[in-house]
Amino acid sequence: MMVYLKLLRKLLLFLFTLPVFFFIFFPVLWLFSASLSTQVELFAIPPHWIPQHPTLQNYLDIIFPSLATSSVPRTYAVALINSIKIASAVTVISIGIGSLAAYALVRIPFRFNRTIQLGIIATRMIPEVSLILPLFIIASSLRLINKPIVLIVTYMSFALPYAIWMMAAFFQTVPIELEDAARIDGCTRPGILFRVVLPISVPGLVSTAMFTFLLAWDEFFYALIFTSTLAAKTAPVAIAEFVGRYAVNINGMMAGGIIAALPPVILALIFQRYIVSGMTAGAVKG
Amino acid sequence: MDLRYKADPPNIFEMTAISPTRPRRRLSLRQQDARTAWLLVIPSLVVILGVALWPIIYTFILSFYHAPTGINQVRTFVGLGNFIEMVKDQTFWETIGRTMYFTVASVGLEMVLGMAIAQLIHFHPWGWKFLRFCLIIPWAVPTIVNGAMWRWIYSADFGALNSLFMQLGLIKHYIPWLTLPNLAMPLVILADVWHMMPFVALILQAALATLPIELDEAAAVDGANAFQRFWQIRLPLLRPAILVALIARTVDAFRVFDIVYILTSSGPANKTLTITYLTYLNSFPWGKQGIGAALSFLISIFTISMALIFIRFLYRPEETQ
Repeated sequence: MMVYLKLLRKLLLFLFTLPVFFFIFFPVLWLFSASLSTQVELFAIPPHWIPQHPTLQNYLDIIFPSLATSSVPRTYAVALINSIKIASAVTVISIGIGSLAAYALVRIPFRFNRTIQLGIIATRMIPEVSLILPLFIIASSLRLINKPIVLIVTYMSFALPYAIWMMAAFFQTVPIELEDAARIDGCTRPGILFRVVLPISVPGLVSTAMFTFLLAWDEFFYALIFTSTLAAKTAPVAIAEFVGRYAVNINGMMAGGIIAALPPVILALIFQRYIVSGMTAGAVKG
Repeated sequence: MDLRYKADPPNIFEMTAISPTRPRRRLSLRQQDARTAWLLVIPSLVVILGVALWPIIYTFILSFYHAPTGINQVRTFVGLGNFIEMVKDQTFWETIGRTMYFTVASVGLEMVLGMAIAQLIHFHPWGWKFLRFCLIIPWAVPTIVNGAMWRWIYSADFGALNSLFMQLGLIKHYIPWLTLPNLAMPLVILADVWHMMPFVALILQAALATLPIELDEAAAVDGANAFQRFWQIRLPLLRPAILVALIARTVDAFRVFDIVYILTSSGPANKTLTITYLTYLNSFPWGKQGIGAALSFLISIFTISMALIFIRFLYRPEETQ
């Protein structure tokens, strides 16, 4: 009797998970299926939930644009490359200078240490919209609009505080005894950082890099204001530009959306065990 | 006379320094450390001062000027003029209300659903690890892709929502969902809930997993039913995690822009116009930089005060591991 009751309970709980799975997967699976169909099938009534004539053409147009492909997938490929370049540069710079600052803030007592820490949390909370006007005024006077460098620099306003904060959390877990031991052996402060702390914080560096990349990849507001040409336009801007119009190639853009979602989703799934600590360290996305 | 006291008191930091060859001129270890610390911090500090602190001060100053965009436009000091113009504007108050509506509804739904899913995972139903794995997907999808996806789902011509409702026999003909004034905001909220509910669920689930299971079992032995165990045992213990998720989501939701931009562009008839969107409109398309600066200053005040609460709850030394 108890066994049946337990089984019934398990079954009941399992039934509760089904609507959750449906809610998670219905939108993405529909988008995926639509990205594999042709325009004709997309507009079919009654709908074809699974395309009857699936095609990879929408993806191929973006990944291998030829002269024959229309301008939408061709420009999208350029935007994707811009996104990759900008997000990578932001990640490398934030980790590079952020990990140094994070170490000093966590392990070295000096004047204004706490003030700087609080300042960094506060910076993390400043919305992008509050910084955009001055940044825009300067960027236009320096003729930096539509140059990738302007996005790399402005993305620092959220990526750097985030990287510092997350690295600080990782450095806190490094046993202080290890540093003391190195010190007794005659290691200098920079020596401790580069030979002891950083090498054993590699998992932390990698997951911070992943989160910073995600943030930069996701960013839309600065990219919308600062870029309009192909020289620096990022993937989110390219998608947004397209979505408003009722134009030729909706399935093509659906494939574009899937492609833009793949890097962050794959990264997040690979690093899933760091996700929650990253979420609480940064706490705010975007 | 005791000569010992005439000598300089020994510097304890120097005594710990390694090989003090010239003790008097050498910096103490602590001073050396402080110097290293500044060298390590300065690159980041310069960047943050340049791209965040200085611009926010500039924004504050700009909010006291009448500053139209365009060549040959002159800025004139208007004192609190922008703020007065702002609060006199009916649209401003409606926008504040609408932003509150979005924030309360989307964060509320995300908290309730996130909590429910975290509890569900806690009971380890079949496939709970897979469920936890899948929850990452909506959260990792970029905001703009999420917005575009829902815009296509709500599409009047081919959207999945119309297809689904039609096949279920709920509607007879396709409906242009996003043009319905009273439905636009709820639909934006639904898209946001899909995107951010996993964030709440994952944070709460992780906190729940660290709670001692014995407490639950002991309460069960004492005759507490499932609801009592949830309300009186697990919920109070989850308080810190709930606060983290709640405040993070509130700060984030209050400044919503991306998803509104891509789903509805503030329409129909301003029904989804939020405060950040209004700031964007003033600052760029309308070219009223002074008003834009005043509005964004207001958003900063709200966000920073939320941040202060956040720090108060999060930055307690006894809670830092």
